[in-house]
Amino acid sequence: MATQEEILQGLAEIVNEVAGIDVEDVQSDKSFTEDLDVDSLTMVEVVVAAEEKFGVKIPDEEVKNLSTVGDAVTYIQSHQD
Amino acid sequence: MNKTVVVTGLGATTPLGGDVASTWESLLAGDSGIVPLTDDWAAELPVRMAGKVRVEPSEVMKPVERRRLDRSAQFALIAAREAWKDAGLEGTEVDHERLGAVVGSGIGGVTTLLDNYDLLLSKGARGVSPRAVPMLMPNSPAAYVGLEFGARAGVHTPVSACATGSEAIGYAMNMIRSGRADVVVCGGTEAAIHPLPISAFANMMAMSKNNEDPKHASRPYDKGRDGFVLGEGAGILVLESAEHAAARGARVYAEIAGVGMSADSHDIAQPDPTGEGIAAAIRKAVEDAGAEPGQIVHLNAHATSTPLGDTGELRALRMALGADAEHIAISATKSMTGHLLGGAGGIETVFTVKAVHDLVAPPTINIVELDEEADLDIVRDEPRKLPAETEAGPIVALNNSFGFGGHNVVLAVRRV
Repeated sequence: MATQEEILQGLAEIVNEVAGIDVEDVQSDKSFTEDLDVDSLTMVEVVVAAEEKFGVKIPDEEVKNLSTVGDAVTYIQSHQD
Repeated sequence: MNKTVVVTGLGATTPLGGDVASTWESLLAGDSGIVPLTDDWAAELPVRMAGKVRVEPSEVMKPVERRRLDRSAQFALIAAREAWKDAGLEGTEVDHERLGAVVGSGIGGVTTLLDNYDLLLSKGARGVSPRAVPMLMPNSPAAYVGLEFGARAGVHTPVSACATGSEAIGYAMNMIRSGRADVVVCGGTEAAIHPLPISAFANMMAMSKNNEDPKHASRPYDKGRDGFVLGEGAGILVLESAEHAAARGARVYAEIAGVGMSADSHDIAQPDPTGEGIAAAIRKAVEDAGAEPGQIVHLNAHATSTPLGDTGELRALRMALGADAEHIAISATKSMTGHLLGGAGGIETVFTVKAVHDLVAPPTINIVELDEEADLDIVRDEPRKLPAETEAGPIVALNNSFGFGGHNVVLAVRRV
């Protein structure tokens, strides 16, 4: 089970890879679309990479609720096997 | 009244160099860009060599941009940025409503398609990239070039196999001539070095299998030629109406004076052995340029190093121009770059423009024993100086490009 910090770090690495945002800019309070320039296609890439990295399922209908990085960290932490 | 169309910018990334200057220097030096394919996936292929770009996109493009672009679009964008800068347009105000982009490839985003099929098999539907469609669609390089500079007059992608790059440039010329645009970024690109296209071309008996000697495998007009060698890369030009170029004081390389197109209607893959289709395209290009055959001093031949194609093209040249074919310095630059398919017309038009501007025809390398049917003036081994003028007027050079499907495209470039 990954800790909250590990999930944040992992997500930051994913956002860096797929969107080119500096790892240190990916903080819990940041909005994917407003702050990190993650558009809808990029969000799909983030989600698929996160599913693979953390062994969770993030259904499409859930993705629209993940507006900030913190939302995604919370969702992933509470749905890990 | 048709507008005069000139070339004001050139860009390229090729097996000989990452830009026009380094590519041209290697070309005049007679270097070969063909290398052995040492990847694991190539070990069991019948063909294990290709002309890979000398400068990988990773050296000049950010990782995030690269992962969103098919390799063919990466090449196109790298070459387009060079051409745009070379034209002196970087940082200037352009009228976006009068700016176009026309870029094509022979087989589109084939590596994106096949890599995503591998992901589908290994990871299931969820593993396929949401970016796969905009990456693999054949108009993707044109679209990204258009987005880069804000082209709103029209973004187009003609597709005609190995004639694609030249057809795109002819299309762009006509956009300016007819008044649809003042500036058009145009050319061809290809990135098809992957086991599937290589296997398919090899099974057509179209490719050289001289794996032991890659640098000498592409040998147009040599008696022992046994097929083409695949290359990758892009060649992009900035075309502009002469008045638009003059108004902003742009440096002009040459005029794109005419285009000739025809179709063989003979066979899906074999050229018409009579050469009539090619001859018709040559005649139309010369006529469209308003040129006299006596002005033509140089041809960048299609010449891919196939037994039938190379000499058939020369027969067609003689059929079209008669005795005037004899004073044309003929260069087969695929002997050095390999065959870039849809990218070929792009880089070879860049070479043709450079030849007319710098007054030098690049060499044809690897002719050990000249085929006796290659009975015209082939520029062998060393570059050849070209005159600036003929008795009939300023020099004209032709660039021939032909594609599977029987497409023939000939561009005429005139010195200004």
